[in-house]
Amino acid sequence: METLTMRLNDEEVALEIMPDALLVDVLRDQLGLIGTKEACGEGECGACTVLLDGQPVTSCLIPALKAQGREVYTVEGLASGGNLHPLQKSFIEHGAVQCGYCTPGMLMSAKALLDRNPHPTEDEIKEAISGNLCRCTGYVKIVEAIKAASSD
Amino acid sequence: MSGEFSFVGKRVPKLDAPGKVTGQTFFGHDMKLPRMLYGKILRSPHAHARVARIDVSKARALPGVKAVLTAADIPDIRIGWARDHPILKSDRVRSVRDEVAAVAAVDEETALEALELFEVEYEELPGVFDPEDAMKPGAPLIHADAPNNIQEKMRQSYFHGDVQKGFEESDVVIEDRFRMPFVTHCCMGTSFCLASFSPSADLTIWSSTQMPFLYQRDLSMALGMPASKIRVIKANIGGAFGSKLDMYPFEPICVLLAQKTGRPVRIAFSREEEFVASPTRQPVICDIKSGARKDGTLTARQVSMILDNGAYSSWGATTPLVMMLTISSLYRVPNVKYDVVVAYTNNPYSGAMRGYGNPQATFVVESHLDMLAHELGMDPMELRLRNANQPGDVTGQGVKITTCGLTDCIQKAAESVSWKQKRAKPGNRGVGMASMIHVGGGARIYPSDGCGSTVKVDDFGKVTLISGSTDMGQGADTVMAQIVAEELGVPVENVTVVNTDTDLTPWDVGAHASRTTFVAGNSARLAAADAKRQILEAAAESMGESVEDLDMKEGRIYRKGEPEEWIAFEKTVRGKHFRPDGDVVLARGWYEPPTEKQDKEYRGNISATYGFAAQAVEVEVDTETGEVKVLKIAAAHDVGRAINPMAVEGQIHGGISMGLGYGLYEELVVQEGQVLNPNFADYSLPTALDMPEIDSIIIETDDPAGPFGAKGMAEPACIPTAPAIANAVYDAVGVRIRDLPITSEKVLKALKEKQAKAEEEK
Repeated sequence: METLTMRLNDEEVALEIMPDALLVDVLRDQLGLIGTKEACGEGECGACTVLLDGQPVTSCLIPALKAQGREVYTVEGLASGGNLHPLQKSFIEHGAVQCGYCTPGMLMSAKALLDRNPHPTEDEIKEAISGNLCRCTGYVKIVEAIKAASSD
Repeated sequence: MSGEFSFVGKRVPKLDAPGKVTGQTFFGHDMKLPRMLYGKILRSPHAHARVARIDVSKARALPGVKAVLTAADIPDIRIGWARDHPILKSDRVRSVRDEVAAVAAVDEETALEALELFEVEYEELPGVFDPEDAMKPGAPLIHADAPNNIQEKMRQSYFHGDVQKGFEESDVVIEDRFRMPFVTHCCMGTSFCLASFSPSADLTIWSSTQMPFLYQRDLSMALGMPASKIRVIKANIGGAFGSKLDMYPFEPICVLLAQKTGRPVRIAFSREEEFVASPTRQPVICDIKSGARKDGTLTARQVSMILDNGAYSSWGATTPLVMMLTISSLYRVPNVKYDVVVAYTNNPYSGAMRGYGNPQATFVVESHLDMLAHELGMDPMELRLRNANQPGDVTGQGVKITTCGLTDCIQKAAESVSWKQKRAKPGNRGVGMASMIHVGGGARIYPSDGCGSTVKVDDFGKVTLISGSTDMGQGADTVMAQIVAEELGVPVENVTVVNTDTDLTPWDVGAHASRTTFVAGNSARLAAADAKRQILEAAAESMGESVEDLDMKEGRIYRKGEPEEWIAFEKTVRGKHFRPDGDVVLARGWYEPPTEKQDKEYRGNISATYGFAAQAVEVEVDTETGEVKVLKIAAAHDVGRAINPMAVEGQIHGGISMGLGYGLYEELVVQEGQVLNPNFADYSLPTALDMPEIDSIIIETDDPAGPFGAKGMAEPACIPTAPAIANAVYDAVGVRIRDLPITSEKVLKALKEKQAKAEEEK
């Protein structure tokens, strides 16, 4: 076992993990952060996207120890002080959620985009979520929701 | 149009969205029960083989393994509507997905490790992978009781009129062959179930099923246990699209593992399993002959289809019944003949998928209509308008068309892409369109097509709809809440929806055939009306008024015409409850659509109304590479009434992306029975970058049979997209692609052939 220390959703956490544990499994199984979904296990669908030092990564491919001493954000860390993040509000209001399985990963990719580019173009939005697959929405309302959140 | 309503026609956000954007929603895959075990299934690596020997001893001996199962441990259980599918295979495997053994272990890693320890000896058998080859004399036989590998129960011959006469009276007759590939649902949440027994041997199963009540019956039949001992709870589902319409072997296997171990067992598919072992849309080989007179009047349509059933029969084998609606009834065609044969192969088996056969039928019929227009020298849009179904039509199949916005759909979609200006122009851009018909008022394929609802109103004004309907992400719960709020006259925020727990909810046939808004919506409306009657009667009594003079809106009870003076409805509810002869507000609704089962000749009106749509597409074709870029899709859908326009748009967008994938990108590549691309890297699902501009055009025809005028619209959105693209490609560069998907290679090859032919003619 190894000790993993990281800053997770603005809180310091330390826990014992298997050295080969994947970040997604540590988040979901050990920390109970089930918002991060695993839908392919191969880094191809984006459902497990979290932010590692602000960069979107597919947590199903990342060994958890890569997060050692770094900052991790999951969908559970988006809302703060009981207030939803503007992206979360926008996803609700614009109908960007259907089955919801891709939603956490979409939100994290969108957050990474808006953090580095607060006013992206439609093409930049599409590019930023092009690694996140969705079978329900055709992406249209997701793009609309991100655009609306960016202009708030 | 919806100004008369408080909640119908409003863009009410989905009730479940807050849980989903915060990551708090529990999906099946997120569930854990104390002492829960992880089940895994060993599948055949061969498409066709004799199972000579299975040795489970090493797997069983692995620490952490709590149970192993093979066919030898259980009765010969056969599932599927044709009862041709053993849940664990004993002497023979017939496709690569076949379940040979199963294991339950304390964690997933141990279960996976155990799979490696099963020793199975196979003797490979010659397989057959093409449905036409499968029916040839001497082909390897897949099921002993299915001579020539034909699923005889689904051999169908339909006709109306006289096609021979129809073709003789035609000025133009054309004949072609089309082919459609394997594609699959790609739900982001894979297949899931979790089975747990109580000490009294009552089973609770959390499942990703979209048909809880038929699932309960199927489990009961498979397991030989009374359905009254089975409680099905629909977990939150990560998409279904028809894939969760049937019960599959992993589900009774999971229950048997739970029974054997006395512990809860869950089985969740890996992505690779989802690609290989969940069902596909059925591949079709289709011959079509169409005829018309010079003026464009359609005279005859003859269609002959061969379906690849795969090795077993799930709902895929029954899709010809839905294809028949389009073949017999899309446009006015006086003479139609349709023959279909479903052949077993050693390929993965096919199931239900959004549109249920209709995307295939519509691709063929609508591609051919375009080809007919070109032979006639007509604008394909004009040909469609000339033959469009109209309100009041009864088609040759006995399909009664009531509301029908097809003409409007065709015109509005065409306008949106500037059809007249853009069609048949030089260059490499083109426009194309396709229409569709689909059931929109239920589909009577089962003795009951109904849905039950209960509405309870508590002392604090909270309204609970307990509905048989199933929300699998599409947003049915929100639509149901809007219907109840509107009918009852309470704020939509007061309404909560409890659904699909077979111990609690009244019966419903399930989420299929785009029937939920129509059937469950009518049912919820009846229950809400009953609740409103109970509340107003109590109010009338306490106010000394007559019920007819009272009304209730947004939770306020008032004398008609005097809305300024009102009392809160929850006060009336409490008054009714807390008195010596008191009662609570508990209301019921049962809706059974006024439809009929088809007769032996497949005639009958199976749906209370029908949905129509037309999609028009603009494409640009790169003549150097053959690449097709879709620039815009205008989708005009007759939805009766949009209870929630935002949800309707969501269905249109999602349907189009699935139709776009079917048209241009998606194919599950199956060679010699092996799935070659069981992952998202190799199976091309459309991404955000692939989506064109979409113009969603909602046509409201206010259907008198629907709840507030609504009819089903969810499947239709994926149905006309692929043929509209194919027709646009033809308009752009003059090549006709008859085999989906329309890949760059196919377009380039067709362009080269066209060029060679032109040079030859010089």
